[in-house]
Amino acid sequence: MEKQAGQWAASVRPEGAWDGAAASGRIDRLARHDSRADEGPVPSIETGPGISFRGEGEPPYPGGLFGWNQPLVQASVPPGSARLVDSPSTVDVYREVQRGAAFQQVRRRYRRFVGPAAVAFLLWYFGYVVAVVTAPGLMARPVIGALNVALLAGLAQFLTTFLLTWAYAGHARRYRDRAALELRWTVYERAGAHRSAAAVHDGSHRMGSGAGR
Amino acid sequence: MSGDHQVLALLLFGAFIAATLCITSRVGRGKQGSPEEFYAGGRQFSAMENGFAIAGDYLSAASFLGISGAIALFGYDGMLYSIGFLVAWLVVLFFTAELVRNCGRFTLADVIASRLRERPVRRAVGTSSLVVSLLYLVAQMVGAGSLVALLLGGTSGQTRCWAMVAVGALMVIHVSFGGMRATTWIQIVKAALLLAGTLALTVLVLIRFHGDVNALLNSAAEHSGHGRAFLAPGLHYGGNWTARLDFISLALALVLGTAGLPHILSRFSTVPTARAARRSTVWAIGLVGSFSVMTIVLGFGAAAVVGSDRVRAAHAAGNTAVPLLALDLGGGAGSTSGTVLFAVVVSIAFATVLAVVAGITLACSASIAHDLHRSVQRPGSRPRSEVAVARVAAVGVGAVAIVLGLLARDLNVAFLVGLAFAVAASANLPALVYSLFWRDFTTRGAVWAVYGGLGSAVLLVVFSPVVSGSAESLVPGWDFHLFPLQNPALVSVPLGFMSGWLGTRLSVEPGDADAYAETEVRALTGAGSV
Repeated sequence: MEKQAGQWAASVRPEGAWDGAAASGRIDRLARHDSRADEGPVPSIETGPGISFRGEGEPPYPGGLFGWNQPLVQASVPPGSARLVDSPSTVDVYREVQRGAAFQQVRRRYRRFVGPAAVAFLLWYFGYVVAVVTAPGLMARPVIGALNVALLAGLAQFLTTFLLTWAYAGHARRYRDRAALELRWTVYERAGAHRSAAAVHDGSHRMGSGAGR
Repeated sequence: MSGDHQVLALLLFGAFIAATLCITSRVGRGKQGSPEEFYAGGRQFSAMENGFAIAGDYLSAASFLGISGAIALFGYDGMLYSIGFLVAWLVVLFFTAELVRNCGRFTLADVIASRLRERPVRRAVGTSSLVVSLLYLVAQMVGAGSLVALLLGGTSGQTRCWAMVAVGALMVIHVSFGGMRATTWIQIVKAALLLAGTLALTVLVLIRFHGDVNALLNSAAEHSGHGRAFLAPGLHYGGNWTARLDFISLALALVLGTAGLPHILSRFSTVPTARAARRSTVWAIGLVGSFSVMTIVLGFGAAAVVGSDRVRAAHAAGNTAVPLLALDLGGGAGSTSGTVLFAVVVSIAFATVLAVVAGITLACSASIAHDLHRSVQRPGSRPRSEVAVARVAAVGVGAVAIVLGLLARDLNVAFLVGLAFAVAASANLPALVYSLFWRDFTTRGAVWAVYGGLGSAVLLVVFSPVVSGSAESLVPGWDFHLFPLQNPALVSVPLGFMSGWLGTRLSVEPGDADAYAETEVRALTGAGSV
């Protein structure tokens, strides 16, 4: 969909119009954003990523530290009645970040680990299942004492599952977490810098950028 | 069963019910008004708490009593289930845990609708999620009824009916008054009880055989009546080629279905960040994996200590294998410690049922209130509080589950769990995977994937031997079966993925690259996550 069209059309064109897809998708995101309108202040950039909750080194996340300031009654916005206009800047920020080298690297690292590992464990599991139902003779062959091939293969399934879990968690912690956190701040700051569209909700002024959701 | 067992088991179970009601009233007094609180428990659970809750949500009474019983009767073939149940978690860890936490809000439909047209997607995904949860819920309800009747010795139909009504009423109370916060704590308590009980029994079994696994396996083979064949595959799934293909189909449903189960996916919304979601999944894998290993020891232990014949005599499917094993390990019938152990195992099984049905009921009510109700709201209609709708929906789901459970109480509902996993794998998983990883994916693709997977899975079961054509069928007198397998996943999962692809290719509107850029960046970085 054209970016220029539909920005304002979102609020006037009914659901199901020719460009309803992107528009209402965005409306949904706005509705979400809108429904969180009085959940407390968004942490300012100055707090920096050094704040930690429960000692986990997690970034501050918009929405109040411990769920304080939650609205007691949810003002749910029915889909298709956006009261906001999404600033084109938010879309641009996400496109920019997506094209950026830092994000490409995070994505490459994620896919390079997950792709081969997933293919490997699915092949290994289904190979095991097929062998169990097609080659009972091989599976019944004793190896050590009472342990036969089938029991050992079953135990090996458990073992590989634990090992892959451990490997994935380590890989993500070492190669993705920090970069992802920095990118999260990048999006937040750039969208903040673009804060142009004002959200007027219950008379309170809110930022109209995607990062505030 | 003597009166002592029943009295003690009822006392213990009463204590558990009192504790859960305490939890619910404690957290229910807080602010339950916001959807964040009701569906996600305030998003402030730690990774370890959520990991325990996931295990509490996932490990049903069937995995505690059923799998051990199957091992006690069929040896190696009983193990195959638990391996599939565990390997499935790798799919969850790699493809859904972090990404769903980053892109989603409460339900599976939130993730998919965030980049596509909202109404049709919510309607489709909400429907399939509701179907999956209801299938699973009815299976659990019928199981709960049989379990209570079996363990309290009251095999009359009345005991079973009252047990179902009681379980249904309790789960509705927990969910509608306590929301996700109460449900989570109940699941954490249950997981701790279940793991502690299983660990104690496993240690007792190993002490009985002086820590010699070899002796345990040999003794199990000896007392099973099958000899060496007991330790090798083939006793249960070793029939004709149809039975073997059926097992492969079931394995496919188990491995891919878990990542599409609504009540598992919504557990990721209860932690603050994607990193916590990942760490809770790692916890869950550790807990589920060690639990599975222990149930294997218990199953072989029951065969060795109790003997397969006695297990089969007590219950045809072997569901009483673990309680009987506990009785023997404690010193046999009539001994105090045996009675206590037996009662503890029985009440843990009760606690297990209660925690699982609460989690599924919450998922049902979220599908109804957050997805289906929102998708039919007319613009400009008076916005009603979503949480109020969710509470009412929980009551309705409870009522429906009780009625369906009562109607199906004499039917063989074992296939329902397999069907629930099959629908999750053929409808929910394709839509989720495509929307997270495919740039050109469109609304039509999502709708087709969901309805294609859901429709084909349900239709194939209707025309399978489960419903007609054999003595064990639901309608034994008829025969309109066309499809040979009992589990549809082998056909319906590829169909779900293919219809999603076809719908996308045949879309009038092109895929929205901007929306996908946002989804992709958010999924991998957590930018803008709630």
